Amino acid sequence: MKKQKTVRLIGDVVGVIVTVIIFLVPFYFMFVQSLKTKAEANKLTIKWPSEVHFENYLEVFQHGNYQLVTAFKNSGILTLFTVIGLLVTAAMAGYVIQRRHDKLMNGIQSVIMLGLMIPASILPTIHMLQAMHIYKTMFSMVMIEIALQTPFAIMLYRGYMASIPTELEEAARIDGCNRWQIFQKVIFPLLKPIQATLIILVGVQTFNDFTNPLYFLPGSENTTVQLTLYNYKGQLSNSYNLLFADIIVITIPMLILFLIFNKRIVDGMVAGSVKG
Amino acid sequence: MKTKKEKSLYPVWFILPSLIIFGIFFLWPIVSSLYYSLTVWNFETAKFCGLDNYKLFFSEHAMSSSVIHTLIYAFGTSALKVVIAFFIAIFLTSKIKTKDFIRSAVFFPNLVSMMAVGLAFSYMMHPTKGLLNVALQAIGLQPIDFLGNPSTALLSIIMTDVWKGLSISVVIYIAGIQSIDKTYYEAASIDGATGWQQLKNITLPLVAPSQNSIIILSLIGGLRSFDLIWSMTGGGPGFATDVLASVIYKQYAAGFYGLSTAGNVVMLILISVIAFPLQHFLNKREEAIQ
Repeated sequence: MKKQKTVRLIGDVVGVIVTVIIFLVPFYFMFVQSLKTKAEANKLTIKWPSEVHFENYLEVFQHGNYQLVTAFKNSGILTLFTVIGLLVTAAMAGYVIQRRHDKLMNGIQSVIMLGLMIPASILPTIHMLQAMHIYKTMFSMVMIEIALQTPFAIMLYRGYMASIPTELEEAARIDGCNRWQIFQKVIFPLLKPIQATLIILVGVQTFNDFTNPLYFLPGSENTTVQLTLYNYKGQLSNSYNLLFADIIVITIPMLILFLIFNKRIVDGMVAGSVKG
Repeated sequence: MKTKKEKSLYPVWFILPSLIIFGIFFLWPIVSSLYYSLTVWNFETAKFCGLDNYKLFFSEHAMSSSVIHTLIYAFGTSALKVVIAFFIAIFLTSKIKTKDFIRSAVFFPNLVSMMAVGLAFSYMMHPTKGLLNVALQAIGLQPIDFLGNPSTALLSIIMTDVWKGLSISVVIYIAGIQSIDKTYYEAASIDGATGWQQLKNITLPLVAPSQNSIIILSLIGGLRSFDLIWSMTGGGPGFATDVLASVIYKQYAAGFYGLSTAGNVVMLILISVIAFPLQHFLNKREEAIQ
């Protein structure tokens, strides 16, 4: 018994040390660079700065005519509308797909689930957006983010919907609700737990997306936070302190989300990945 | 009669918003890509040229090698995640006290964007002053030009990808391990099975469903992967880390839209011929175990 305890204690100590070295040191490295002077940061050491320069953060916001402020606004709008749009449309679709088991629904479901695997076609999408005169607009970017994440959201909703008894809908119908009211007043409020999960997962995915805005939302007035990092990499290649300040600034919203919803995120990942 | 009434509770039009958005912004471009990949295309005119784009794609080493790199990348990241995450999950489901802390720390990189992780690691892998080389030199080893040397560049990106994406696999394994009936272990202990035997004969077969999800998820993610590679090496040095997704971007930037779309279709086919049979096979294996 005593031997087991020692083994466990060694496990704890070794586990924590390895975790800190592999997973936390890189973040510490990023943070200290962001507080240094230009010359000191360019040495890329992990030492604490000889003088702490918090004004780097102010400078990174001012860089390029307040590009980062524009980027935060754009990423915020994009994330907000994607989350709202996806939450409503996928809930409606997931509800009907789970409740009806006819051939039509099975067919539609298998087509939508293809989206979990096959990649989007990029240039034909740009071409289509140009033909519709919505290329480089926030509207088209939101639609694309929704379209790309619809399969995953429907999969999550469908899995969760299976645990809600159909008697509720029957009862609501007898009470005189119409079909829209049944969904809106009875079912939708019951979906809160899975929606919290989706808000986080879709929010993080959209906010951190680099590839899709790169293709579908070019132009400096349309820039998103991840693209600022890409642009700064070229422009600020000698000012690592500002580059790392940018990394920290655009990671902080996710860090806050993580501290608040730590358990939710992890549970959500499990629900999303295993139930499919 | 009753079934008809039940069905009418769930109107078909509810799925229309999703279906329309998905159809227009995802499905239609994929269908039309099959045609555009057969043309010389500049968005204004599309001149049919048969399979020329595909022939060019596979005859140019710069592009055809991207298929190999994509496969190495996808199978490499997937295999490492499947193995490493299993042991971390075993460790985190044991009776150690610090598991909440370790789980959070392992999970956190997942919330940082690929762009940020790629950039930070490319500086940590700096050939002379990077943190990793400082550490290597401190223990008396030669510094490595992680990203500048064609033979180590792809592997370095693979390791970074594993660092960032490991947590999802860990979490899926943990869920699988926790759902295993505890009585199996009790019975095995009474019969005198060692910890290793229990791991091999109880845990490993019973986490098969979780393992299958991990394999499929990380493989598909790896085959599509772009942003990490783009932020760390941009496909270089030379073409040593060019994958399908980066070739698609490069050909787009160079104005060869038909060729870029052909690369997109190659990716589509590659994923289909790997993922669908693999999923079928894994499901069969899962049924055979249970």
